[in-house]
Amino acid sequence: MRIGSGAGFGADRLEPALRLIEQGRLDWIGFECLAERTLAQAQTARAADPTKGYNRYLEARLRACLPAMAKNGTRLITNMGAANPAAAARAAATLSGAGGPAIAYVEGDDVRHLIAADTRLADTGGTVADVGKPVISANAYLGIEQILPAIDSGAAIVITGRVADPSLFLAPLAHKFGWALDDWARLGGGTLVGHLLECAAQVTGGYFADPGYKDVPGVEDVGFPLAEVDADATAIITKLDSDGGLVDARTVKEQVLYEVHDPARYLTPDVTADFSGVALREDGRNRIGLSGASGKARPDTLKVTVAFDGGLIAEAGISYAGPGAADRGRLAADILRHRLRDIPELRIDMIGVAALHASAESVRRNAPSGSADVRVHVTARTEDRDIADRVLWEVEALYTCGPAGGGGVRGEVRRSFTTHDAYIPRDAISIRTEVIRP
Amino acid sequence: MNSRKVFLRALAHARAGDKNNTSNIAVFAYDPAHYPVLEAQLTPQAVAAHMAGLVQGGVKRYAVPQLHALNFVMEQALEGGVNGSLNLDGHGKSWSSFLLGMEIDLPEDAPPPPKG
Repeated sequence: MRIGSGAGFGADRLEPALRLIEQGRLDWIGFECLAERTLAQAQTARAADPTKGYNRYLEARLRACLPAMAKNGTRLITNMGAANPAAAARAAATLSGAGGPAIAYVEGDDVRHLIAADTRLADTGGTVADVGKPVISANAYLGIEQILPAIDSGAAIVITGRVADPSLFLAPLAHKFGWALDDWARLGGGTLVGHLLECAAQVTGGYFADPGYKDVPGVEDVGFPLAEVDADATAIITKLDSDGGLVDARTVKEQVLYEVHDPARYLTPDVTADFSGVALREDGRNRIGLSGASGKARPDTLKVTVAFDGGLIAEAGISYAGPGAADRGRLAADILRHRLRDIPELRIDMIGVAALHASAESVRRNAPSGSADVRVHVTARTEDRDIADRVLWEVEALYTCGPAGGGGVRGEVRRSFTTHDAYIPRDAISIRTEVIRP
Repeated sequence: MNSRKVFLRALAHARAGDKNNTSNIAVFAYDPAHYPVLEAQLTPQAVAAHMAGLVQGGVKRYAVPQLHALNFVMEQALEGGVNGSLNLDGHGKSWSSFLLGMEIDLPEDAPPPPKG
């Protein structure tokens, strides 16, 4: 079976996906478009408009891909349903029109009704009540058990909300090869394939290039990966030869451990996957063979991402250039720390001097005394709109009340979220699969 | 045994990933011959020291020898994680490169650094 990756995040490029559908002889293509951050944003969009809350590029992606999908018999699976799979499926049906392909969607990952004040949060050790902020959303990571009915329906397009990322790819594989839901070794192998595909270009040379150390040919047109998978869950990871990027042992190794904690216990709703024995084999140019992945019984509970109102984030900046830029930037930062001293959640970075790791001791020790130019970047979190506005006001006031030569003030106030993990029993969820036949 | 100092970047490549407030950085020796050097020197304590001021929680290490890989899992690392952090890089995506700035004592009888 040949399965491709059409997206590694919500705003990923479209052309590499289209080239894979046109030239990759794919049975399936999976678009992984949902993260902790994008799901919370989608929930907010749905709350404001009940017809929204799905991926904003769904229509553009389908419009581009449907003709080649029909021509080549490629089926598409995606979590672009985000907070609203039903609305996403209706939008897809409207777009494809009468006589278009059947579209199945999966609902039931929304478990907001199961989250109470005393629900325990795994990552904090406390409860929902301890966070002290309103819960915006709670979504369980579904697995192949919940996705398979939609695939069994024969629909050409399968749309889900929150599912575990590898499950998007594992579900078509388990369907095709008839893997049992307790065939832990094969589910572990298929989960490795899904894990390698789920971030798209991250296994074909994206998130990888480091000139002189790890050069990537044609990175400006990096291709997305596809896997040739056998019934025993061994696979080859590859890409179109005509696309940019590369697949080699280094790119694949990096992705094997991406976002993995204990390699012997990678938890998904489907399996406790074991990547600790994974072996790679060069199988020609841009082809890496995978074997040795395994698995044990799946967890009894499902992970839930609980999103809380994170208050307002105010973010603003001002730039200084020329001799003494860093000193003037530091003076501006001191002024802001004094003027905004009543705001507890305030961070000031000096972009161009110590922008990302200023809290690290080694950076403080070696901080350069000078810089050609520097941007003073202020970020604050607050519940109070007036305080958020005051952050922007104080930065702008530096034009005339701050150090010499300050320019280029920009700022914005936006709503934010924080997320925490909870776990619920599997039998607490109820899943609904619908098929739309336009 | 005499040795000389090289940056980890010359011996290894790395990738960072995030899950909420936990960051992991997987480090891979370019040359398998350097894997034992990394295994000896990239202890959880040494990595924690390099990341001091960034990581608030503990550092755990998992070894995957056949991939010539060491995976470091760092708790309370991302100032609340991508949805909570006021840091520009709330994902901690730049951390893999930050770790490659560590200095390693390369024994004189080890093969030369493959890069740099």
